[in-house]
Amino acid sequence: SNPFEVKVNRQKFDILGRKTKNDVGLPGVSRSKAIKKRTQTLLKEYKEREKANVFKDKRFGEYNTKISPEEKMMRRFTLERQQNYGKKNIYNLNEEEELTHYGQSLAEIEKLNDIVDSDSDTEEGGALSAELTAAHFGGGGGLLRKKASSAQQDEEEEKPKSRKELIEEMIARSKQEKQERQSRRESALELTEKLDNDWKEIQTLMARKPPKSERKDKEVEKPKPDEYDMIVRELGFEMKAKPSERMKTEEELAKEEQARLQKLEADRLRRMRGIDEQANKKKPSHISADDLADGFILDKDDRHLLSYKDGKINIENEEEKEKDEEEEEEEDGKEDNENEEESEEESANEEEEEVAADSHSDLESDLESEEEAAGNKEQKKHNTNENESQNMKKLDPKMEAAKSELPYTFAVPESYEKFKSLLAGRTVEQQLLILERIQKCNHPSLAAGNKEKLEKLFGFLLEYIGDLATLDLPELRTIDRLVLPLCNLCQMFPEAASDRMRFILRDAAHDMEEVVEVKGRAAFPGLDTLIYLKIISLLFPTSDFRHPVVTPAFIYMSQLLTKCRITTLQDVIKGLFICCLFLEYVSLSRRFVPELINFLLGVLHISLPKKQAQGYTVVHPFTPVGKNLELLLVSDKKDLDSWQKQNLPLSVVTKLKETSRTEINHIRLSCLALCFDLIKKCAALYESLPSFHEIMHPIRILLTQHLLANDYPEKMQEWYQGALKEIENKDKRYIPLICEKKKPVPLKQYTPRIVKVLEFGRTQGSSKKEQERKQLIRKHKRELKGAIREIRKDNQFLARTQLSEVMERDAARKRKVKELLGSLATQEGEWKAMKRKKGKN
Amino acid sequence: LPTGLYKKVLVILHDSILPYMNEPTLMIDFLTVAYGIGGAISLLALNGLFILIHQHNLEYPDFYKKLYNLLDPSIYHVKYRARFFHLLDLFLSSSHLPAYLVAAFIKRLSRLALTAPPEALLMVIPFICNLFRRHPACRLLVHRPDGPEAMSEDPYIMEEEEPSESRALQSCLWEIQALQNHYHPDVAKAAAVLNQSLSEMEDDISGLLELSAYELFDKEVKKKATDVPLEFEQVRGLFRKKSDIFAEHFTL
Repeated sequence: SNPFEVKVNRQKFDILGRKTKNDVGLPGVSRSKAIKKRTQTLLKEYKEREKANVFKDKRFGEYNTKISPEEKMMRRFTLERQQNYGKKNIYNLNEEEELTHYGQSLAEIEKLNDIVDSDSDTEEGGALSAELTAAHFGGGGGLLRKKASSAQQDEEEEKPKSRKELIEEMIARSKQEKQERQSRRESALELTEKLDNDWKEIQTLMARKPPKSERKDKEVEKPKPDEYDMIVRELGFEMKAKPSERMKTEEELAKEEQARLQKLEADRLRRMRGIDEQANKKKPSHISADDLADGFILDKDDRHLLSYKDGKINIENEEEKEKDEEEEEEEDGKEDNENEEESEEESANEEEEEVAADSHSDLESDLESEEEAAGNKEQKKHNTNENESQNMKKLDPKMEAAKSELPYTFAVPESYEKFKSLLAGRTVEQQLLILERIQKCNHPSLAAGNKEKLEKLFGFLLEYIGDLATLDLPELRTIDRLVLPLCNLCQMFPEAASDRMRFILRDAAHDMEEVVEVKGRAAFPGLDTLIYLKIISLLFPTSDFRHPVVTPAFIYMSQLLTKCRITTLQDVIKGLFICCLFLEYVSLSRRFVPELINFLLGVLHISLPKKQAQGYTVVHPFTPVGKNLELLLVSDKKDLDSWQKQNLPLSVVTKLKETSRTEINHIRLSCLALCFDLIKKCAALYESLPSFHEIMHPIRILLTQHLLANDYPEKMQEWYQGALKEIENKDKRYIPLICEKKKPVPLKQYTPRIVKVLEFGRTQGSSKKEQERKQLIRKHKRELKGAIREIRKDNQFLARTQLSEVMERDAARKRKVKELLGSLATQEGEWKAMKRKKGKN
Repeated sequence: LPTGLYKKVLVILHDSILPYMNEPTLMIDFLTVAYGIGGAISLLALNGLFILIHQHNLEYPDFYKKLYNLLDPSIYHVKYRARFFHLLDLFLSSSHLPAYLVAAFIKRLSRLALTAPPEALLMVIPFICNLFRRHPACRLLVHRPDGPEAMSEDPYIMEEEEPSESRALQSCLWEIQALQNHYHPDVAKAAAVLNQSLSEMEDDISGLLELSAYELFDKEVKKKATDVPLEFEQVRGLFRKKSDIFAEHFTL
């Protein structure tokens, strides 16, 4: 363009890699564009500002550029027809609309029927072949004639061919075609079958194949899911029990395991000290995305299947349970396969989904890794297979029977009632199996909503466990087993699990708070809450400095120990259970729990006879005087002698069924023994605390001065001595405290701060969020500036037009005045001239 | 008077009875006796007594000694905790108190804190910090750079009734150091504050006085969890962790 119209924005420095978009401007062009735009919009508005009437263009889509002109015309046409439709003259019955085709009236077309038809037929000749139309619709004479004349010459020779003959010929031809197609399909089938067989042979022979060819096979076979797919799936399932790398020696395995544990332990310690509580909030969770995806417990280590010992496969028997699970998985897989074989139609949708997902997603990777491993794995596979079969035999027949009853797929129950009814009346093994199948059929990788469903399942399972615990005869063994699937689910969805747990804790605490507000004191909660608290310690690391679930649990337990009244023997047992929980929670972190010491002191206190001089004070909920003292006091000599240390059954907590005095006395003594042991453990745990002796002081006084150990049986005395020794053996050492030195505040200096620049052209040293905010602010500023500029220009434009209007008006007035004056002057002149003339005359 | 009635009277005494009496000094005997009873009643009588001392020029001999002896483990557990600590804060706010007295109070409070629930601890630790700020001479309790290497015994005598004899100034606050290992994260953090030199501003403990365990729990539960670490030790069953305490004492 014209170089005089170009404005160049000169850059001071050339910066590499910077895009310059505004280096050349065309002020004249952009100005004229802006003015044009304003005259079209703003000026129009300005001119119409005092007009009430508006001229509207109501033609359909006149200003809509998106519609193509043809369509526009079509739409207009239809609109017009619609408008005219209702306005028919109702008295004129005969009036009919003229029907058209391609703009021509049908009536006219009908007159020239043949010609048009023949044209279209020869041109198209597509879907409906000429013969077919002829045969089916009888074909007018004209049509036959035309076809005869145009298409086949040999037929033309023997022109007088009857209609019947024609049809027969056609039928014969179609039959032939059909036959050909069939034979082709058969040959293809044969080919695939042959391929199948070949492949099977090869697979059984060496089970190793170049991946390319196999994939080709797969592509060939794709349209038909049959045995081949099944084998692939089997391979996939086998893979899960197999390593994809070379065999590891035992030492390597041990080392790896150790390294992993060390890492996790280091993580735990870090969290325990609470160092990085604020510093790096996003701690690397130890579950990788892969683990989440395939739904196995992280910690379950199935590598033990593969380690050798003296040339034999080393299988640990202790981990029978895990093993069982694995077997079940494998069995599941197999059963699925059988199921399919037997009745493919029967298999439910979800399973098919699973199959599809498996065969497609896992196929390639599995195959590849299989090939890597397969060569030298043949032997091992045999071995493991044998093992599996043996194990399968070992499973008791009852379970087998049960399995045959159970359906293979389960939907996740919608409500807790449904869930309960699903599990009702089943044995523990069945329940476990059902849960496992639910998990498998609804794996989050299979469908979108499955994650939520399984998260809900976690809640149901928890509730179910709570229900089991509140029964009159709590099914604790079932709970013991059910903890495993619970843990699996928790590993899959930590957030949901923690939310659920916190919800339960909140409910429990809320209930207690209400009772406390009304009565001033509370009772210990049921066994279910205790079990929940125990489960928390199984699911979450209790040693963290702050943990979303564990910290509330701590506070709740502390409330239980301080607020709940001790009135019965069960209360004592529950309290001791919570003490155990506390100890377990802090066993790694060695945190100090005052409530624990208080409670143990109280328990010892209620085992004493009344009216003893005190050198210690018991605190809430225990009272130095009152009716609930001597709860643990046993004075019967015979009972004392016959006591044996026994573990307390948890079911006692809900119902104390032994009514005989002796048994109750025995339970009391067991509690006491437990208390001694807990004291011993506490002492061992807190020995590093600087004020250990002050903490243990009351207990020590009670043990040494008030408790008459000689009355107790020998076993009890052992416990007693153990506890006492643990307390007294600690040396007393008090190191004076010294404050940490204050960090000197650095002086402000003028040396430039040097910041490492990672990316040019971007503000440094701020988080992503901050950067986004800044960017938004910048954008807003720019937009605001632009808008202001536009408005200013609008105003200028308006002012300009107004000015020009005024000028125009003024000019017009001037002109008119001039005209008037001129005319007046001439008039005057004429008049004067007349006068002069008159005067002359 | 029966204990229940005693308490009821004392609870309302300071704001419903005393202001409307022509001669509040008549209550002196009643309050003195109540104050001498001990336990919760003494705590409650303190309020009325304070008004008499403050507004009616009551001279009470050995007031601080009695106050000192009121401190026992139950103060952290009773219902009137907030009220008591509010008053205690008032009494100890004077900067003219001798250092030995304040040190004795500090030491006793922290000794008793070893049996306190977390909600009380959250209140009493800032309380102690405030005392340190008011009485810099007591800093010796947390900062003793030129003391002996190690002591075999805590010099402080808990059983001593006379604050001046309790040798509190020769002791250190090992109790607070123990509380740095408290299971509640906030308590541990608050206790760790004493490791550093204190800031000049006093903490406001009025909001902490009424703190209840349930509020504490609620606060903790409502925190939005961003990341939930999980236990990595594998689960075998309810009681089948290795070295499980439960397995030793409980059966399913």
